[in-house]
Amino acid sequence: MGALPSGTPAWSDLAKVAATRLDFIETTRLDNLRRRLYPSGQGSDIPHNPVRLAILGNSTFDHLAPGLRVGAMRRALWLDVYACDYGQSLQELSDQTSPLHRFGPNTALFSFDYQSLVAKGLEGLHANEVDQTVADVIARLRRLWELAAKAGCGQIIQQTVIPTMPNLLGSNEHRLAWSPRRVADLINARMRDAADADGVDLLALDSMVSNHGIDAWHDPALWHRAKQEISPAAAPFFGDLVARLLAAHRGLSAKCLVLDLDNTLWGGTIGDDGLSGIVLGQGSAEGEAYLAFQNYVKQLAKRGVILAVCSKNDEENALAPFEQHPEMVLKRSDIGCFVANWEDKATNIRRIAQALKIGIDSLVFADDNPFERNIVRRELPTVAVPELPQDPTLYARCISDAGYFEAGKITENDLVRSQQYQENLKREAVRASATDLAGYLKSLAMRLECKPFDQLGLQRIVQLINKTNQFNLTTRRYNEADATKFMYDPRAITLQLRLTDQFGDNGIIAIVIALPIDGSNVEYRIDTWLMSCRVLGRQVEQATLNVIASMARARGARTLTGEYRKTTKNSMVAEHYEKLGFKRVEDDADGTFRWSRSLEAFTPFSTHIDTFEGAA
Amino acid sequence: MTNEQILAELTEIFRGVFDDDELQITPATTAADIPTWDSLNHINIVVATEMRFQIKFQTSEIEELKNVGELVELIAAKTGKR
Repeated sequence: MGALPSGTPAWSDLAKVAATRLDFIETTRLDNLRRRLYPSGQGSDIPHNPVRLAILGNSTFDHLAPGLRVGAMRRALWLDVYACDYGQSLQELSDQTSPLHRFGPNTALFSFDYQSLVAKGLEGLHANEVDQTVADVIARLRRLWELAAKAGCGQIIQQTVIPTMPNLLGSNEHRLAWSPRRVADLINARMRDAADADGVDLLALDSMVSNHGIDAWHDPALWHRAKQEISPAAAPFFGDLVARLLAAHRGLSAKCLVLDLDNTLWGGTIGDDGLSGIVLGQGSAEGEAYLAFQNYVKQLAKRGVILAVCSKNDEENALAPFEQHPEMVLKRSDIGCFVANWEDKATNIRRIAQALKIGIDSLVFADDNPFERNIVRRELPTVAVPELPQDPTLYARCISDAGYFEAGKITENDLVRSQQYQENLKREAVRASATDLAGYLKSLAMRLECKPFDQLGLQRIVQLINKTNQFNLTTRRYNEADATKFMYDPRAITLQLRLTDQFGDNGIIAIVIALPIDGSNVEYRIDTWLMSCRVLGRQVEQATLNVIASMARARGARTLTGEYRKTTKNSMVAEHYEKLGFKRVEDDADGTFRWSRSLEAFTPFSTHIDTFEGAA
Repeated sequence: MTNEQILAELTEIFRGVFDDDELQITPATTAADIPTWDSLNHINIVVATEMRFQIKFQTSEIEELKNVGELVELIAAKTGKR
């Protein structure tokens, strides 16, 4: 638990640690710390309306309590647990003076192992006799649910039976009427119907076991030793699953999935690669993976999750695939709030929450880019930000496994929600951003390595020159021979810039070529300046100009000239030179805008980037 | 892995289970030496050790253990076999 600040941690600090992946020992230690610091649940930032959970059944539960409390903490809930004495559920629920009633639960969790539900062996029974036994089991459960409701429990959770028993036939187990495995499946099926009728939430451990394998959940050695049906190793996940149900019941599940576009919904960059260049759809494994993710997202929307888009793009480019790409599953009408611009994502996510009129804490943000994920985590700690794996085939499972959108039931309203948002949404005035960008940039420890063109980098340099469309001032395309010529021209300034930060190496992210305008070196013209949009908003432009200016000065230049040549895709840099303090000098009739800046009075921009010059 | 290395790993596990970063254990340490070494924590030690060393204990093996030293020997035997 190294993430805790020094001094006495606040509840919210503990909750932040709870949101990280913890094994069962770490979970127990965090729970111990919580109980030492806040023994009574009193504290300024501790949530009101505590959950008072009674857990009832016939196995041992003490080892599950820390995971339950930590899972609740992760979802901004205070939880107290009472574990009913072994096998005493009915008595404790019936007796008004029992410790259970003194505890005063508002939530009940029933967790029964197979043996405690089906006490006697069913060997040799016929199907109709087995049916009767199962009906009796369900009737007993319903009686317990009713007693729990009378005892004050507004939420009742029933764990499905974990199929811990060995098979007798194999794949066709269902053909033996009394096979314990078949009976367990039957109980689980009937339990689902009864739970629907009685408004009870299920904790579907049978389906979890089919996902993860029985070994992840149940250790027969621990069952025989200590009557632990659920292994301690699975306790943190068990606690999280229960906490999801607690949160869903209290309206605390996430409501909206905020999606990045480039390399999240499709492969490639729409602004650079264009409609025909992005990877999406049948024909390649990667394109099908993005398609599958879009299908999952669309299904989430159909069941009531609001979708939003938050993308660093020109809006026109960002919308194009939604409106024109034949393989797109998601349409503009599926998106409740569509934000595509060049501002930082934390600011845009605040806008999305305001526009949709939902809390910031009900958003989940899916973005392939670690930089964007981390600025959102830092600026908006209550937004859930899944650590998307690099491979798009795993995006859907990553979001599904985290259980952000847990729902106990589905209403008519859920099924038409995205449509409603679409109809009701109007652009609203938004407050200025409060994002501490400077603090974030500083924390990134960015290093910009500036090198002249070299043989090793040539291939990547030529690739960038020919593929970059958006952040490209002049869009001059050069082949390898051209680039080699610049490389060997001693008067030319050539730069390949590599950006690294605390998250890793972003690779070569910018290219600059500057040339003297005549036989003297007095004036240098920036022939080419392009940059990857991935590193926008990180002061790389300012740091780059510092380097260009210093190199031009070293060659005796007194003036630097910049050009902007307008294309259909590079409007985002129309004001590039103006922002860097250049003065407009003249415009050509052919749509070239010229800017100039004196180097005599040039003071380098102060940035949060550590710039250094690499060897050629 | 030497017995010293195993003991060092076990010390980390014990510190986690007993929530005490200062805890020191030796081969002679027994359940009687640590007041909170109850049956629940005993199982936690076993499960955490199995996870850490990627091994599985037999029920009978666990019941025969008398002190930390015997646990170290058992881990050494099981990890050495691979």
